[in-house]
Amino acid sequence: MENLLSYIPLDISLIAENFDRFLYGVWVTLNLTFLALLLGGLLAIPMAIARASGHRIFNPLIQVFTYVFRGTPLLVQTYLIYYGVGQFDVIRNSWLWDPILSSAWWCALIAFTLNTAAYTTELLRGAIADTPTGEVEAAIATGHSYRSRMRRIILPSAFRRAIPAYSNEVIFMLHGSVIASTITLQDILGVGRWLNGRYYLAYEGFITAALLYFLIVLCITWAFRWFERRYLRHLVRRDAAPQPTEAPKPVA
Amino acid sequence: MIRRTFVTTVAAAAFAALAVPAAAQDVLRIGVEGAYPPFSSTASDGALVGFDIDIAEALCAEMKRECELVQQEWDGMIPALKAQKFDAIVASMSITEERKRQIDFSDKYYQTPARVVAPKDADFEDTAEGMAGKRIGVQRGATHQCYAEKTFPNSEIVLYGSQEEVFRDLALGRVDAQLSDSLIALEGFLNADEGANYAFLGGDHIDVECYGEGVGIAVRKNEEELRDEISAAIAAIRENGTYAEINDKYFDFDIFGERPAAE
Repeated sequence: MENLLSYIPLDISLIAENFDRFLYGVWVTLNLTFLALLLGGLLAIPMAIARASGHRIFNPLIQVFTYVFRGTPLLVQTYLIYYGVGQFDVIRNSWLWDPILSSAWWCALIAFTLNTAAYTTELLRGAIADTPTGEVEAAIATGHSYRSRMRRIILPSAFRRAIPAYSNEVIFMLHGSVIASTITLQDILGVGRWLNGRYYLAYEGFITAALLYFLIVLCITWAFRWFERRYLRHLVRRDAAPQPTEAPKPVA
Repeated sequence: MIRRTFVTTVAAAAFAALAVPAAAQDVLRIGVEGAYPPFSSTASDGALVGFDIDIAEALCAEMKRECELVQQEWDGMIPALKAQKFDAIVASMSITEERKRQIDFSDKYYQTPARVVAPKDADFEDTAEGMAGKRIGVQRGATHQCYAEKTFPNSEIVLYGSQEEVFRDLALGRVDAQLSDSLIALEGFLNADEGANYAFLGGDHIDVECYGEGVGIAVRKNEEELRDEISAAIAAIRENGTYAEINDKYFDFDIFGERPAAE
């Protein structure tokens, strides 16, 4: 019996026993990912507008920011904030250290927020620049100021156009959040690695983590499909729209 | 991954090729860690150095085998051994019942106790009550994770990928204390500048369930021949003075320790 059991490739009982830890890991992952997306998104909107409008001072500054954060790996950014910043006595003795930079959670949140802000800025900048000239001209003709046409015409239309690309950014951010486990946080992967470490397992923790990430991505994909159906309905081609209930008559 | 090949001696290799069975002619690949000073660390020029590295080389010379060192992160060590990435692990791995279910071990090649390290002015003891509510840094996947979670149930056990990261965060004050091998703590932290304001807290922590029978060299199951060959080589270098020579290079006491009671 002992021998037979050793051939079963997964130790499911250990996963089941520790599933409450995995659920806590799901909470940590979702919490970090979506908070970073929210804060990063809020930062990205003004930065994208400044980029698209070619502001003389802000545009180059923001361009440097997005180049740096899109040009270096998220892991390196997280390590620099978690391990690098703590090397300076000035920072360790300042109000920034306790409770913010001494905490792994805050370090991860800062790194993730800045990273997603950089990607989202460029994504939104592209969407703003892609606004059909006709829409802008119509807004000008009806007497909209720059501020009002940005708020009423350009941004709503840019947000809609950005939805499909943004769904990728959300999924990348979720997958990027595994980096939290390298700085001691017990996110989904962190719990998986804890399980492997505690019971000397090779892949039980990883498989459970992979399945959980997969389920979350599935939910994100569904949510975005719903968003796209709702907010991009005007872009669906007529002939691809749902057919009327009656069968169409054959063309004569 | 950094790999380093060394040939013990040309004569020994030639002799091995002639005299021993086919399997022994292959290069013996040994998994080492490289982030666990003074047992193994990576020098500034990228070379692997340390007690484990010297022992591995001495054993290869004793067994008259050509060896290749394969560097592997600690928490992937056993999976990599099982996946045939290398044939033996010389990485200060303690022999435990839980590990023995997965892999096989040679006789021990050393054994040191675990101890808690905390700031010198720490006002708590290294007991379950004293450590309650404290954050204790521990290397993930190590015997210390097992022991810490068992012994300090009311503390927050903070897990790290490598021992160096545990020391770094202890120095930054992100954890209140850390639990590790006493020698690792002494050589890797307390004797260094960062550890100037830190000291051992309490005494030795010994536990057979988690810490087992000492530190051995791991091989895959069903490789008794290799295992016995390594055990014989350990006995031989203990006997002929090679072990003492390596021992004295790193430590001022005999790290081999007492023989375990259960024999």
